[in-house]
Amino acid sequence: MAEIIVNGHKISWKEGMTVQDVLDAMKYTFKLIIVKVNGELVKREMYGSYSVPDNADVEVNHLISGG
Amino acid sequence: MNVQELKAKHKLLKEFSYPHKELFRGYTDKVLYINMDTNEVKEKAVPAAMKEKFIGGKGYGLRLLWDGTRPDTKWNDNDNEIIISPGPISGITQYAGSGKSLVVSISPLTDIVIDSNVGGYFGPFLKFSGFDALEIQGKAKNDVIIVIDGINHKISIEEAPGEEIDSHIIAEQLTEMYSETSDPRDMKNVSVISAGMAAQNTLIGLLNFSWYDIKRKKCRLKQAGRGGIGTVLRDKKIKAVVVKVPGISQDPNHVADMEPIKERGARFAREMKELDAQQCRMKQEGTAHLVNVMNDYDLLPTHNFKFGSHKEADKIHSRVWNSKFTQGMNDGCWIGCTMNCCKGVDDFELKTGPYKGHKVIVDGPEYETAAGVGSNIGIFNPEAIIELNFYCDTYGIDTISFGTLVAFAMECYEKGIINKERTGGLELNFGNIDASLELIHQMARGEGFGKIAGLGVRKMKNYFAEHYGADINFMNDIGMENKGLEYSQYVSKESLAQQGGYAMTNKGPQHDEAWLIFMDMVSNRIPTFENKAEALHYFPMFRTWFGLMGLCKLPWNDVEPESNALEAEPNKVPEHVDNYVTIYNAVTGSNIDKHELIRQSERVYNFQRTFNIRRGYGLRKHDAQPYRAAGPVTAEEYLSRQELYDKQMKELIGVDPKEKTVEEKVAITRKYRENRYEQLLDAVYKRRGWTPNGVPTLEHMRDLGMDLPEVVEVLKKHL
Repeated sequence: MAEIIVNGHKISWKEGMTVQDVLDAMKYTFKLIIVKVNGELVKREMYGSYSVPDNADVEVNHLISGG
Repeated sequence: MNVQELKAKHKLLKEFSYPHKELFRGYTDKVLYINMDTNEVKEKAVPAAMKEKFIGGKGYGLRLLWDGTRPDTKWNDNDNEIIISPGPISGITQYAGSGKSLVVSISPLTDIVIDSNVGGYFGPFLKFSGFDALEIQGKAKNDVIIVIDGINHKISIEEAPGEEIDSHIIAEQLTEMYSETSDPRDMKNVSVISAGMAAQNTLIGLLNFSWYDIKRKKCRLKQAGRGGIGTVLRDKKIKAVVVKVPGISQDPNHVADMEPIKERGARFAREMKELDAQQCRMKQEGTAHLVNVMNDYDLLPTHNFKFGSHKEADKIHSRVWNSKFTQGMNDGCWIGCTMNCCKGVDDFELKTGPYKGHKVIVDGPEYETAAGVGSNIGIFNPEAIIELNFYCDTYGIDTISFGTLVAFAMECYEKGIINKERTGGLELNFGNIDASLELIHQMARGEGFGKIAGLGVRKMKNYFAEHYGADINFMNDIGMENKGLEYSQYVSKESLAQQGGYAMTNKGPQHDEAWLIFMDMVSNRIPTFENKAEALHYFPMFRTWFGLMGLCKLPWNDVEPESNALEAEPNKVPEHVDNYVTIYNAVTGSNIDKHELIRQSERVYNFQRTFNIRRGYGLRKHDAQPYRAAGPVTAEEYLSRQELYDKQMKELIGVDPKEKTVEEKVAITRKYRENRYEQLLDAVYKRRGWTPNGVPTLEHMRDLGMDLPEVVEVLKKHL
């Protein structure tokens, strides 16, 4: 099965999957995040169009808020 | 009674004139000392060594409290003090969040030092009146107010029999009474500290710090909420402390160099203008923007921290608070704050209690309140949350402690440990709005079950064990307190680092030392014990620094520059850290760097740890956490996250969950998690320069320049 790794967790991958699809799949709704796909920074305005390749390592760094 | 009639009833007990000293680079180097036993009022000079090592704010509070009390001073002894110190940066108006004060006292809940960070205008006005700190000791015989007249440079202590106790009234009464005229531009030059009726009848009392909102023509309130300092104020029979100033100039701190402060302030204002709407929406929602986020990530405490989300949480979603808050107003709790996150609900009509039918302004709810008196006690009705918020504030009690202790009582009620007979008729099921409101009114009246609940979670646990034969082990597992202070409102079960961020704090489990849940649990940025220990060193030290300076934490990381994504350590928000270093140097004329910033905090942080040790606390055993903070206590909780816990059991613990009962799985998970927490303590203590028992080593204190004789004397007994 095609997979990607998001913050160390394996999830299934689909053809054409965008960063926004990954965020939705992970239920990541927090806005103060930094997304990197295979080490490459993805700008916020690209989340809906940036395609995540199969086997990608996706980092979604949630910055500190709250407190 | 109008304010002239109220004032006519005042009896002057003491008047003290002082030579006014202008601030120079953020300091006057003077402390105002007031003894309520003797009505002594005097100025104390700040020694150079105190300024160098303790900096200001919480540092000054700790130094003065150590010197003013004995190791066995209790919260209600005459020698306990309340110290209010803003810090050197407090009072600048060119950078957001620069009007804070730190309040320090011996806590009625914890029997150790409590420190609480608060906005409102009092702290800056205290500085403008000529003092770096206010130190109050002793107890008055009758109800008094203290007036700091920064216009005529006089201090007075006045018996004040007529004024109300509850904050939303007394703040208005005294602002009107001591304003030079009724012109709002003069009214804004007065600030009042007060508590409330429940502060004097519980141990969870808070201090309200007021400011006059010119547009609304009303007093607003911000809270020094944690640890019961309002209870100490009322124990001293102080109704209020008033400060008045002639006005607010552009540079009252007489800073060393204004230009860098203005430049950083303008840069920050641009970030707010351009980025806030797509980031945290602080201007529209304040910290309440987090309610639905926490629910989405299974971190919103519901039903006494049993669960992290709830099917009704949408009813208290941030968009609901957005619609309740009055929009388009300047809502900063200090002048010049461009974050403007201090939201308010205007013309809220109260439905219960002594002010039923009154239309009032309610400051908040902030996230902690929405979660504390909302989801954690099973209430998802915004109107009820606003009403509880209002009464907590005006009665002078902490919404966080109130929420957590009601949640505990509700779980005990549903478990049959207490019942209607024991609560005096209150049906304390989760979600019971009427019972929650009646409980808070009982606290204000000092009646019924409100008196027991108002003792806080730790004392309630012992009361239930002693009087009702409750299982103390179970209550220790579910009673969400550490060091005697109630937990603030985040579920830490799945974040080991946050468990340390709560239970390893100096004052008790407040989130203002380290909030690492996302970094740890969600982003997986600090996977090893060493990583977590580094975070539990850096962030508590960095955040201690706000309390030395008179700064608000929120502008540090609730909006972040676009370039932050390119930083090597974006969680630290390096550009904002550089703002703070620059501003500190520009205010004081110093030349520190980001490393010395941490060292400044380390000195004070380790002194506070030593202070706790001096009082018989501050050791490893005092950093123990209730198991609910670490994992599922009950089968119900385990089953709510069974898939996750079973997976962890198989992959991390190496046990196949298939053949195990739920009870066995709870026990296996517990053993594993408790062991992990002990390993975390070892790693963090080592990183902080402490022994395995949590005692700062003499070498570390020498390295910090904090090997003061009185400190060494305390530590040596434990090394």
